[in-house]
This record gives sequence, C-alpha cells and structure tokens, in this order.
Amino acid sequence: MISLKLTLPVILSVAATATAVAAAGRDYISIVGSSTVYPFATVVAERFGRSTGMKTPKVESTGSGGGMKLFCAGVGVEHPDITNSSRRMKASEFNKCQVNGVTDIIEVKIGYDGIVLANSKRSPQMNVSRKEIYLALAKEIPDPSGAAKLIPNQNKTWKDVDSRLPATKIEVLGPPPTSGTRDAFVELAMEGGCRTFDWIKAMEKQDKNKYKSICHAIREDGAFIEAGENDNLIVQKLEANPAAFGVFGFSFLDQNADKIQGSLIDNQDPSFENIAAGGYSVSRPLYFYVKKAHVSVIPGVKDFLAEFTSDKAWGDEGYLSEKGLIPMPEQERGKFASDVRGLNVLSSL
Amino acid sequence: MTMTTADKIQANLKKRYAAERRFRSYGLASVAIGLAALLLLFISIIGKGYTAFQQTYVKLEVQFDEAIIDPQGTRDPQILARADYGKLIKKTMRKRFPDVTNRRDRRNLYKLVSPGAVFSIQDMVRNDPGLIGTTQTIWVPADDDVDMLIKGYINRDEPESDRRLKDKEIAWIDALAASDSLEKRFNKTFFTAGDSREPELAGIWGAVVGSFYTLLVTLVLSFPIGVSAAVYLQEFAPRNRWTDLIEVNINNLAAVPSIVFGLLGLSVFLNFMALPRSAPLVGGLVLSLMTLPTVIIASRASLQSVPPSIREGALGMGASQMQMVAHHVLPLAMPGMLTGTIIGMARALGESAPLLMIGMVAFIVNVPEGPLDPSTVLPVQIYLWADTPERAFVERTSAATLVLLAFLVVMNGAAVWLRKRFEQRW
Repeated sequence: MISLKLTLPVILSVAATATAVAAAGRDYISIVGSSTVYPFATVVAERFGRSTGMKTPKVESTGSGGGMKLFCAGVGVEHPDITNSSRRMKASEFNKCQVNGVTDIIEVKIGYDGIVLANSKRSPQMNVSRKEIYLALAKEIPDPSGAAKLIPNQNKTWKDVDSRLPATKIEVLGPPPTSGTRDAFVELAMEGGCRTFDWIKAMEKQDKNKYKSICHAIREDGAFIEAGENDNLIVQKLEANPAAFGVFGFSFLDQNADKIQGSLIDNQDPSFENIAAGGYSVSRPLYFYVKKAHVSVIPGVKDFLAEFTSDKAWGDEGYLSEKGLIPMPEQERGKFASDVRGLNVLSSL
Repeated sequence: MTMTTADKIQANLKKRYAAERRFRSYGLASVAIGLAALLLLFISIIGKGYTAFQQTYVKLEVQFDEAIIDPQGTRDPQILARADYGKLIKKTMRKRFPDVTNRRDRRNLYKLVSPGAVFSIQDMVRNDPGLIGTTQTIWVPADDDVDMLIKGYINRDEPESDRRLKDKEIAWIDALAASDSLEKRFNKTFFTAGDSREPELAGIWGAVVGSFYTLLVTLVLSFPIGVSAAVYLQEFAPRNRWTDLIEVNINNLAAVPSIVFGLLGLSVFLNFMALPRSAPLVGGLVLSLMTLPTVIIASRASLQSVPPSIREGALGMGASQMQMVAHHVLPLAMPGMLTGTIIGMARALGESAPLLMIGMVAFIVNVPEGPLDPSTVLPVQIYLWADTPERAFVERTSAATLVLLAFLVVMNGAAVWLRKRFEQRW
C-alpha cells in the first residue's frame, strides 16, 4: 500500500503550504475589473513591468461589477489593489467599501470608449437615430398612433422602423446583460431614444423603476441576439452575414476597419476624432479605482499610477490611443493626474 | 403449390443482404462524418495557426551612441537601465529613411518596429556594456501590423482609409523588404515568453508552465487518493448500503459539470481557506476534485479485471489480505490505473471553466516560478487571446490551440501505449 503511505504526507504538506501562503505578502500589483478597460490596463501593466524591472501587475478581467465586489471586500494583501470600471462607482458600492474598511479610494478617469453599431462593408452604411435604435430593439414600444401606451415590438425590418431605412431584417448581435458594454449601450442608445417620447420622459420623475423597465428592456424574440462577451466572434459573424449588425467597443471597429463599418448615430460618425470631441452620443467614460491603504504596502503602485497617467500613455498620441482608448481633453487629464499625484481620495459619490 | 422453407428463405435472401449492406453503409457514413468533422477542425486550426510559428524581423544598424545611453561615461548599471533606448531606434529609422521629415510621418515610421525592440537593446547593453560606442547590426521583431502585411493578411487593394497600414507605411515596408532588411524567422518568442499585449512579443511558455504546476498538484493529489479509495472500496469495504451510496455518489460526481467544482473552489479554497487567487495550487486542488471520480472509477474497473484466482492463490499461500493486494493485485491493475489517470489528467489539461472562477483568467507576463505564483493555463490563454482586438492574435490563438492539441495527443498516446505494453489478458 505505497499509495496510502504517500497520501497522508501529501495532504499535510499541502495544508502547510496553504498556511504559509496566507501569511506571506505580495510583491506584485493585483488588478481586477472591467473587460473593456482590460486591454488598456494590460498594456500599461506590461510597459510598467518591462521598463521598471518590477514584477508585471496581474490583471484579471472580471467585469465592472465583479471587480467592485472583490475590491470592496477589504484591505489586505489578499484583496486587489486596483479595480477597473467601464462606469462610475455606484453609491451602493461606495458604501459597501466603507463598511468593509476600504475608506480611502482614489478615483481615476482614464478616457472614453465609443460603442458602435457596425455591419459588414458589403452592405451599405446605415444612418440611424437613437430613437430608431430604441424602436428597433426595445421589447415594448409606444403605440404608433401616438397614444400613451405600449405595444409589443412588431417591427420586423429596419424599414418598419423608418421608411428611409433598408428593408432588411432587424438582426443585431450584442453582449449579454453581464457586460458593461451592454449596460452602456442600453443607457446611452436605448434610453436616449426612449426619452424622445415625452410621456415616457415624464415618467422618469414619477416612477423611475417603470421608466427604466420601459427604456432598458431589449426584445427577446430573436431580433437581438446575445453573442457572448467575445467581440471578435461578433466581428466574424458580421463578416459572414452582411445583413446583421453588431454592438461592441470602438477598439474592435478600429482594428477591423477593413471588414466592418460603424453606423452613423444621430448623423455622427463613430470616428476617433468625433468621439474625442464629444460629438458621437454613444460614448462613455472609463475609470479605475485605487486603494490608498495599499499604495505604501504593495511595491510599485505609485510608479504604476505615474505610468498610467503619463502623457506617453494616456495622452493624445500616447500608446493607449493606439489601442483604441479615446483620450480626455488636456485639462481633464491634468486634473486627474494631479489627483493621483496627491493621492486625493473620494469623499462621497 | 406450396412454398417450401428453402423457397421462402431464397425469396427473403436478397432483402436480408440488402439490409445488411445498408446497415454497413450507415456505420461507414457515421465514421466518415466523424472523421470529416475532425479533419475540418484540424484544417481550420492548422490553416489559421501555422503562420504564427514565424515572425517578421527587421534589420537595424543601431549605433550605440554613448551620448544617449551614458553621457557621463560612468557605466553605472542604474544609468544604463534608465537610458532612453527608444531614441537609438528612432535615430536608426531616421537614418534609414532620411526623406521622412514630417512629425506625424516619423511617428508612423517608428511604429514599424515592435516596442519590444527597446527592451532587447536594453538587455544587450546590460549584458555587455562594451557595446556602447559601437555600431551593431541587429534583428528585432517588427510590429504586428508589418507582420500581418508580410504574411498577406492585409489586403493592399483595399481603399487606404480602411487599411491599418497606409500607403506611405506600405512603401517603407516594401523598401525595407527590397533591401533584405525584413525576414520571416522562426518565432522563438512564441515558445519562450509569457503573455504580452503586443502580439509579436506574446508567448505561451507562461501558460505551459502554469499548466505544468497545476497538473503536478492535480496528479500528486488525485492519483494516490484515487487509487487508495479504489483499493479500499474494491478489496476491503463490506458490501452494504453505505458503500452502495458512496458508489452512486462517485458515479454522480464524475458527471457534475466542471464549473460547479470551480464554484466550490472559490468558496472553500479562496474565501474560507484564504489561498491566493490565480495560483496553480488552487487550480490543481479544484482540478483534482474534478478528476478524482474518473481516477477512482478507472482504478476500480482495473482492479475488478484482475481474476479472483490470483487473489485466492495468494491467500492460499498464506498471504494476508494486505499482502495479497500490495504484492499481487495492485501491480497487475497498475497499468489500467495509470491509463485512467492519464486520461483524467488530459481532461484536466483541457479544462478552463472551473479555473475562470478562481481567478486564473488573468493577464500575466511573468512566467510562474512555483505553484504559488499567479499564472494561467493553456486553455485559458487561448480563451484570453481569442478575445483580444489585435488581428495578429487570431493566428496566435490557433497556434496555441495546436500546442494544446499536441500535448493532448501525446498524453492520450501515452495512455494507449501503456495499455498496449503492460495490459494482461486473462
């Protein structure tokens, strides 16, 4: 029975290592959070690691919400130092952080991301308004007669939505509800279109939940297809099916501009310059949050922050813009960079 | 006139032969469909992935200018580490294309060389400060866009606005290619480096080492525990309701979706035992939970196939129960147990879902040095690369899949070989 003789020491040694680990420190930065910020955070992490000779930070893609949960769980080496987010921290998350002892949080806005509605180059480019996006993709839409009531969305083709649009079937591939891109698309494009109906807009003040459920519900009859978090897959599917549209972040359009084109939304082209100038309506700010308590404990946090907020990274011609991040105006960059240098913390949200 | 039995059979015979032929062709068709699917998979992966084993390099005549690297001439390692080596490359490129004067054009020109070139020059100087002041011809990786153009993934006929590389950049690349300053070489980086966000610097070695540590922990835990459990259940345990219950549960566990083990690992190993996130140790613990039922079932089947006469013979010669098992039954059952374990390990190697739950899906550049360092594994690396925007990662995703498939083929081949070599027929 050699195996039995072996088993006991093995279990014991695993248990021993486990205890040893829990007590040890950590010599690398641990970053969690949004999958949208992930491509940018990883580039900075890699450059930081290679140029300083320190260990490259570990960057996990957990989604914005998942990152906040891990980040706010407490202070100590077993908790992450930084969380990325494709939206601002919510008040509820801020409070949870406070309760768990994460009281000093530094907020850093890093730039903007555009969300595009794109299709294959083999089809003509489309020009839609946010209202038309809402009418094409919402679960229930206002009665066309103008009465203040909702009917199930019966629009089969884009032409049904507006007569100047093509008579192709509405078929939009997009991210699942767990994704920050989906949140932003729903809030900026769908809600933006939804608010153009005065009686729904009036509802926002009276019954916020009802307003949200009207504006944020996406149809489930097959016109909107949840294609998973993999944006490359959506790009491939658009190539194969020229009638379909896809919803994803600007960096994927940027990298695949030979195959797909972004639709104009409210007559605005989703180009780098246009998003940076604030003309394109479906764009959102990206953030990361730092635990001040970890800055002096984990080696390299301060240098990492300096690298991220340097002009060669997030500037107009920095390496992040090459990866598809839309830089902030210079003044805004200056403000956040000085916040980071002074380690100024959020007092409330 | 009545039909004889022979007549009836005669009349039916044709039909029966036809039925048999049909049945055979169904079987053949199923095999053909299976093979076609496999072939399609291989053709698609190899077709997309084989180009990743080569990488375009660019030749640079770098002048290791002392005024830039070490103006005071101290040769202090601190100063050498902090020098701006990017300037050397920029200077070299400017010299190579003296008529590019516009600032924006120059920026695009510098981008033809991978950002990794700076670090290889830095390493050269660190290893041999004597290079300072000399001029060296070195080959450095070209940028991924250049690589894509050389490999034919960027269509030159597209309108300029739709291309990643503009007309000017293509003209520079063609000029470099014409003067033999561009060369496709074996992509060593792919097999020796950790992950990177620059496709030309990304490698799978970090993931391979992560997979190795994870599997090591899995093997060290699941093999001895699985074999002991199987031996006890098969040779010593009484047959009663309790052992029946255990058996049913083991069979059930073997069919539990792997993500469930990931959730278990998250709540027990990370939240309760406070083990580090993203560590192969935790990955190995989770995967051994997953492979244990497989190992136990295979080991029991293998013990069962040892004929009772061996046991009775040993007992008849005066061996104790334990001697009988350790000296006779276990050695005879071992090849079958090893085969089962290897197949379980191969499954664990290809598993990604439970590891996503315990934070092994992360961007990690440093190659792990032990089972406690953060790391990923091969299937997770494939998953991560499949989701990156850069075009050059498409071929690397397929190439990483090829490497994973190669490991799986080797492991399954080893299982078959073991069985063929040591199997006893009774």
